Amino acid sequence: MNDSLTVTQQSRATSAPSDVAPAIVSVRNLTKTYASGYQALKPIDLEIRRGEIFALLGPNGAGKTTLISIICGLVNPSGGTVLADGHDIVRDYRAARERIGLVPQELTSDAFESVWNTVSFSRGLFGKPADPAHVERVLKDLALWDKRDNKLITLSGGMKRRVLIAKALSHEPQILFLDEPTAGVDVELRRDMWNVVRRLREAGVTIILTTHYIEEAEEMADRIGVINKGEIILVREKRELMRQLGRKQMTLQLQQPLAAIPPALADYPLELADDGFELTYSYDSQQEQTGITGLLNAVNAAGIEVKDLQTRQSSLEDIFVNLVKERQ
Amino acid sequence: MNLTAVRAIYRFEMARARRTLLQSIVSPVLSTSLYFVVFGGAIGSRISEIQGVSYGAFIVPGLIMLMLLTQSVSNASFAIFFPKFSGTIYELLSAPISHFEIVLGYVGAAATKSVILGLLILATASLFVPLQIQHPIWMLLFLVLTAMTFSLLGFIIGIWADNFEKLQLVPLLVITPLTFLGGTFYSIDMLPSIWQTLTLANPVVYLVSGFRWSFFGINDVSLAASLGMILLFLGLCLAIVAWIFRTGYRIRP
Repeated sequence: MNDSLTVTQQSRATSAPSDVAPAIVSVRNLTKTYASGYQALKPIDLEIRRGEIFALLGPNGAGKTTLISIICGLVNPSGGTVLADGHDIVRDYRAARERIGLVPQELTSDAFESVWNTVSFSRGLFGKPADPAHVERVLKDLALWDKRDNKLITLSGGMKRRVLIAKALSHEPQILFLDEPTAGVDVELRRDMWNVVRRLREAGVTIILTTHYIEEAEEMADRIGVINKGEIILVREKRELMRQLGRKQMTLQLQQPLAAIPPALADYPLELADDGFELTYSYDSQQEQTGITGLLNAVNAAGIEVKDLQTRQSSLEDIFVNLVKERQ
Repeated sequence: MNLTAVRAIYRFEMARARRTLLQSIVSPVLSTSLYFVVFGGAIGSRISEIQGVSYGAFIVPGLIMLMLLTQSVSNASFAIFFPKFSGTIYELLSAPISHFEIVLGYVGAAATKSVILGLLILATASLFVPLQIQHPIWMLLFLVLTAMTFSLLGFIIGIWADNFEKLQLVPLLVITPLTFLGGTFYSIDMLPSIWQTLTLANPVVYLVSGFRWSFFGINDVSLAASLGMILLFLGLCLAIVAWIFRTGYRIRP
């Protein structure tokens, strides 16, 4: 027990985050076919960088939870390897799991245990000697300190979610998996949760979260992976993704409907919508020449009267929906 | 060896027993005491001594065994079934502990509870009937081995069961009949000869016989057969548990 503890401390000390830091989680050729014959994961390769927040997006049944479950030890892989901080999750499971904390999707708890006991139990289960000061810190960070003697059954859903996070943090993991952390959580609590996650990242914890809420990934993540039908179809820096795929649209609302796009405007990528009352222009806001001035002049010259004008940046959600649609 | 984790599971389980003291200790002790009163007192007074032991005293080892088997099975099966049912088992599976350590924690706690119960019932029984224990070391050995074996069996049932009905099925339909027909309340030579032979296929006969021998020095089957049977059972349960964990059966798909 003491040996493994010093190893953990050493690896922490020598692994300061840097641009060239090796991956903290590295997934190679990972596959999973359940006994029913259902192939949940096709060969998957994925690298999670030390200290980042990685968001895994995907529709229901895409394989998000299966992937996380394999890395955390809940499901046996069918093939391939996973290294957590350099430790194989099957061969060297003790060292690997010691570094990982998991907050599951379902709100499960031992109903009759107190908050304090259940969090202390988790720490023991992960082989760490009792450390009331650490447990106290975790509970205070998650605004659970006042509830420490409450039985779990008396807590609200949001509070139970916090308890699950506290349990996952009780053994000081370097890698934290949050499976749909804010599902069914109200807006205020969601904001709180995001703050908690940011604080953890500042403390050096690598965070991998799965989510349905695109805005969550947009708000939090450094990098985004999209998984669909058991395949990782894209892994990209969030900013780059937004820039590359994030097209802007300008919509002109017209006084009079147009039957067709006038020949004078044929050079512009325009679409006519809303029974001819709307002209939509797609452009790349990162380019030197967006073509807006030229288009507006041409519209003016063509004698088209504009009632209103708006521009819109496509969100991660649009990107995501398009990606998944393209694949189908 | 992650002893901290084993201790955490063990303590967690023992705390659960303390929380449910009425159900886990008081109720089995009370119901077994009722057997003493009814069988030992009311019926026993009409039955002559069996191999020199009064009927009231004769049934004590059998009753302790009856309680030991049912409580070990139900305790251990519930302990692992409930996390599976409620979903909290995720934590156990994601923790840096080996299968052996999980079993050690759960089965250790369940067996401890059963042994404590057995001793409590023994103490209660001594209030009703004059008792002698000729071989106390053997008595404890049988107590501990049986508690361990049937806690393991309970663990297996708890993993196998995927609903509450199945959880109750084996204790009700297998353990209880085998115990009642296993010489708890009688010596098997009180049976017609055909039943004497058939009853030798009942493993509980060997446990009760060995346990009773440690009290009174009388037995239906030889001590070696009793010890052999309990060790065979223990080995069988260990092999099944090992298989469960190797294949991930019902817990790690």
